Amino acid sequence: MAQHIVSSFDEELRQLDQLLREMDELSGSMIRRATQALLEADVELAQKVVTDDREVDAKQRDLDDRAVTLIARRQPMAQDLRLVVGTIRMAADIERIGDLAKNIAKRVGAVGQTPISPELSASIQSMSDLVLKQVDAVIEHYVARRPEDLVELRDNDEKIDIFYTSIFRELLTYMMEDPRKITACTHLLFCAKNLERVGDHVTNIAENAYYILTGQQLPVGRPKQDELSRMESTKGS
Amino acid sequence: MMNALREDLTQMNMVVRQLAVDTDLYTLPSTTIRTPDLEPQPVKIKARNVNVFYGEKQAIHDVSIDIPEKAVTAFIGPSGCGKSTFLRCFNRMNDTIEGSRVDGLIELDGRSIIDRSLDVVELRARVGMVFQKPNPFPKSIYENIAYGPRIHGLVRSKADLDEIVERSLRKAGLFDEVKDRLHDTATGLSGGQQQRLCIARAIAVSPEVILMDEPCSALDPIATARVEELIDELRENYTIIIVTHSMQQAARVSQRTAMFHLGNLVEEGPTEKIFTSPEVKRTQDYITGRFG
Ligand SMILES: Nc1ncnc2c1ncn2[C@@H]1O[C@H](COP(=O)(O)OP(=O)(O)OP(=O)(O)O)[C@@H](O)[C@H]1O
Ligand SMILES: [Mg+2]
Repeated sequence: MAQHIVSSFDEELRQLDQLLREMDELSGSMIRRATQALLEADVELAQKVVTDDREVDAKQRDLDDRAVTLIARRQPMAQDLRLVVGTIRMAADIERIGDLAKNIAKRVGAVGQTPISPELSASIQSMSDLVLKQVDAVIEHYVARRPEDLVELRDNDEKIDIFYTSIFRELLTYMMEDPRKITACTHLLFCAKNLERVGDHVTNIAENAYYILTGQQLPVGRPKQDELSRMESTKGS
Repeated sequence: MMNALREDLTQMNMVVRQLAVDTDLYTLPSTTIRTPDLEPQPVKIKARNVNVFYGEKQAIHDVSIDIPEKAVTAFIGPSGCGKSTFLRCFNRMNDTIEGSRVDGLIELDGRSIIDRSLDVVELRARVGMVFQKPNPFPKSIYENIAYGPRIHGLVRSKADLDEIVERSLRKAGLFDEVKDRLHDTATGLSGGQQQRLCIARAIAVSPEVILMDEPCSALDPIATARVEELIDELRENYTIIIVTHSMQQAARVSQRTAMFHLGNLVEEGPTEKIFTSPEVKRTQDYITGRFG
């Protein structure tokens, strides 16, 4: 992309990209640490994640302010306009990702020392790893201006959903086996649900990023399976 | 014998022209990238393969476009790219420039306006023009507006004329500001008022098309907003083409936008498309303020 005649305009756009990246890195690291805290019952680490969320929020406010000022000062057009509006929306999704990580962290105390089976622990860890990979990759592809990779990334969301469904079933089994575990398992279920929702936000980000880069909507993907149909398929098994 | 031959030739010429104009714009061999409207509007002006020369120098190269009826079309592009030159083709204002030559086809409602035999006075009554700098005649406000209808024989009585003057001033959003001084000289008006007076003057002869060449370049934001509001209202009844250097203005007032560069029509399409996702890099660079 050629440079703007007014070079400070380029600088302002770069700053938006930079803030978006920082927000994304931070909320990614919050997911990683929240999962670790959960699986290791590390309350202190969980607390750190909760406070980090404020930083994500602050960065989002900063980004919003800069974007609004940029619109007022530069009256961006075409790809610049798409970039500014799209960045505001992507930042909102990243901010939600931070919230979801915080929510996982907040449940660490409640899950407490309830022993988690190695299989379940491994499933949650793998799901979290995959989610984290998606969170990192979406902004990487965007910043590197690689729209084709965004299509593939969006389609990966399905794998997250599959993880979620399997964790959901596993937790149901535990709860049925031992009603004393219901409280802890419910919290774990919400944690898995939160990870699954992070995946949905990544999908939104991918769609916005694709629109910014190409001016086209991301080709329609797979239909999203909802909670109820998952319950149904669980009942059947 | 000669006469018969000439007639045949004229006829053949007409057939050729007809054929050329019937070609769908979107299959015409051309370097212009075009995006049609989702709901195409009737075409008011058709231009096909238009070239304009100033002496040896060619200012417009093979430009073809359809101008939709009762809509605003914006011409944009860097200074000197030929916007004004092309605009002036539509009411034959280039005729007044020594050494200028126009070839190709231009039709208003399906009738050629390039034809030398065409009555230019009548054409200019149908295709009005508003210039960059307000240019009222050094006469009264009333006379500025009354002049056109009078010379075009549009009025029978003083009462008729009074009515046209008032109606035109009202349409241009100027009446209330000047109603108590209609017989004062027009040059005493502010720049914005003068520009609206020129618009009133253009609409007084009930044109079908209004050409505006940077009509707001000398106006403050409020006067600009008034003119833009007026353009929006006029679009109900008139076909409007506006040349503007303000991308925001083009985006605000027009339904279609045409981007010119070095005498070529680079890209044309629905305004929202041009300003959110233009196809051509040259257009992107221009409207986003990048080095091209
Ligand atoms: N009367 C003239 N005689 C000779 N050349 C002319 C004349 N008018 C315009 N030109 C040339 O034709 C080209 C197109 O000029 P035109 O005025 O149509 O550009 P424009 O797009 O309207 O520019 P601007 O945005 O500055 O008004 C320019 O290179 C200009 O120098
Ligand atoms: Mg000009």
